Amino acid sequence: MAADVAWDESAPGVAGCKLRLLRGGAGRPVLVLHHDLGTLDRLPFYDALARRFDVLLPHHPGFGGSERPAWLRSPRDIAAMYQALLTDLDLAQVSLLGLGLGGWIAAEMASLAPRDFHRLVLVGAMGVKPPAGDILDQALLSYIDYARAGFHGEAAFAAAYGAEPSTDQLVAWDIAREMCFRIAWKPYMYNQTLPHLLGGVRAPTLVVWGEHDRVVPRSAGEVYATALRHAKLEIVRGSGHCVEMEKPAELAALISSFLDGR
Amino acid sequence: MHLMYFTEQPMAAYSAEEGLKFGATALMFSNKHFDPVAGSRLYSEFLDQYLYAEEMGVDGIMLNEHHNAPFCMQAKANVFAAILAGMTKRVKIVLLGNPLPLAENPIRLAEELAMIDMVSKGRLVSGFVRGGGQEQLATGVNPAFNRERFEEAHDLIVKAWTQPGPFRWEGTHYQHRVVNPWAVPLQKPYPRVWIPGVLSTETIIWAAKKRYPYIALNTSIEATKRIWATYDQAAAEVGYTPGPECRGYLQRVHVSDTEEKAIRNAKQFMWMQGEFTGLAHPVWSSPSGYFSPSQRRGFVEFAVGRALSPRGRETFEQQMDNMQIIAGTPKTVIPKLKRIMQETRPGIMALWGNDGTVSDADARTCIRLLGQEVMPAMRAYAKELDLTSPFENDAPVSIDYATDLKPGRAKVAV
Repeated sequence: MAADVAWDESAPGVAGCKLRLLRGGAGRPVLVLHHDLGTLDRLPFYDALARRFDVLLPHHPGFGGSERPAWLRSPRDIAAMYQALLTDLDLAQVSLLGLGLGGWIAAEMASLAPRDFHRLVLVGAMGVKPPAGDILDQALLSYIDYARAGFHGEAAFAAAYGAEPSTDQLVAWDIAREMCFRIAWKPYMYNQTLPHLLGGVRAPTLVVWGEHDRVVPRSAGEVYATALRHAKLEIVRGSGHCVEMEKPAELAALISSFLDGR
Repeated sequence: MHLMYFTEQPMAAYSAEEGLKFGATALMFSNKHFDPVAGSRLYSEFLDQYLYAEEMGVDGIMLNEHHNAPFCMQAKANVFAAILAGMTKRVKIVLLGNPLPLAENPIRLAEELAMIDMVSKGRLVSGFVRGGGQEQLATGVNPAFNRERFEEAHDLIVKAWTQPGPFRWEGTHYQHRVVNPWAVPLQKPYPRVWIPGVLSTETIIWAAKKRYPYIALNTSIEATKRIWATYDQAAAEVGYTPGPECRGYLQRVHVSDTEEKAIRNAKQFMWMQGEFTGLAHPVWSSPSGYFSPSQRRGFVEFAVGRALSPRGRETFEQQMDNMQIIAGTPKTVIPKLKRIMQETRPGIMALWGNDGTVSDADARTCIRLLGQEVMPAMRAYAKELDLTSPFENDAPVSIDYATDLKPGRAKVAV
């Protein structure tokens, strides 16, 4: 962990729900939207980003340290909550970085407000039905097996969660899984209308996929790259679904250069 | 006392080797191992056994429903209930029960149950269940809203049964423009509702607050007593003191001509590797959001092999010792059943007689001995203990129809 980045923690209220928000670094604002498994508080990747940008990392409602709104039914609801959060924080021309489920939320946000965002980065994004293959269904898998499927290499999994994840971690995954069911049970982890709504988005988009993603088929990335008007697809070699944990330096470099417009 | 016969209707005509090889006998265990020729023969045997049970003197036949697993051939409890409604004359048809959350249209259930009640001339007991965890996955129903759907579907069905239509239903999980089924139950105010269960405290409390009998499914004597303590406390909060008419118990008991044969056949109660619902991955049987949040830590530890199942899993010998399984001749099983009656004081008992590969002939012997020898002894003992069923003491169908609530707690009947 880099000691050079200070992270603040706050609990903003949105739609009657207290969210846990971590914020670190300075520069252009980047809203980072985490995976369906929730997120660890600190990652080398987050620190790397925060050295260049003003990074906002909320826990999704019902995940991790954020309260669960009983009424929440879809990632689009979360997208609307984050629009309200950015408005409350008086932030404009934010860039969105969505990981897995967070990619779905980012895509919903962009489709709802097509001219609002500076740049859009989708990494292994859920949210659209893959033309080939299916999104890996955690309902049929054990907690550790599902988390492990997010990695190409065992070492990267162990570095993130330990070779034997703690029971506290399992409980956190179960709470996250329950939230996934509450918002994306059927169809599982995609929205049939989203592909039709992506064409209006003006923000340049970088679609990133791990070469060995076993959670979301790459064909979904091709749907995003085609449907979004200014998009390109980049493959990160040697990585699974959780590119930010498996290839943090490569991903941070790719994103930094894209967000800086180079 | 109300005494019922029960079997899971096991589909034992597949190669057990295949189940062991696959490592599970539920949800994902392929139905290519289901043999419809054997299935047809088994359905016919089970039906004949139910008719024989009526002839042998049982008060009721208990039916249930499960999906994607060989341990239970009933994919729809209402199908066998409808058959029995037409083919039997006297027995209560006790559904324990219809899994409400699986219904996308609960009005459809209200109609089917009303038809069964009318065809049977008022012999339906309409139990409701949440459905097992695997059932949610097998039917694509969201486990995270299981309890909310259970309660809302119940409320909708009871309203459809008790209030004239048409009316509109705008609920959280169900919305119906027009509720106006042209099939309503014969029994008034509505067929009795019994709630079976094994683990969830929330369900026990819900049943107690409705004043619906709770049927403990083969729990140990100690666990059963804890269930009644929870039930009694919730009942006291809403102003009544429950008696045996609120308490039911399902007991596995195989009876035969000889002790040896009875014990050999009783081992078939373990045919699903000791799991009622077949061997399954824990995350299938307990999907996230399905179980009580208070159980979360225990279930995640179980799911990764760090803890035993919170539901428990005991050997045949242990279950024979603690009487969760009883087997023998009438002479040896009757004292054991009496002990359970004395300790747990139920007014309703279901005797689960046959499981696994027990032959048709042995199943019929069991049914004959239960009906002709065991149940008469139990009825006589129930009289001594004053264990009355809801039918015998004319208990209100639900708390909304009670006239004996303690002052200050009384509710107005709807």
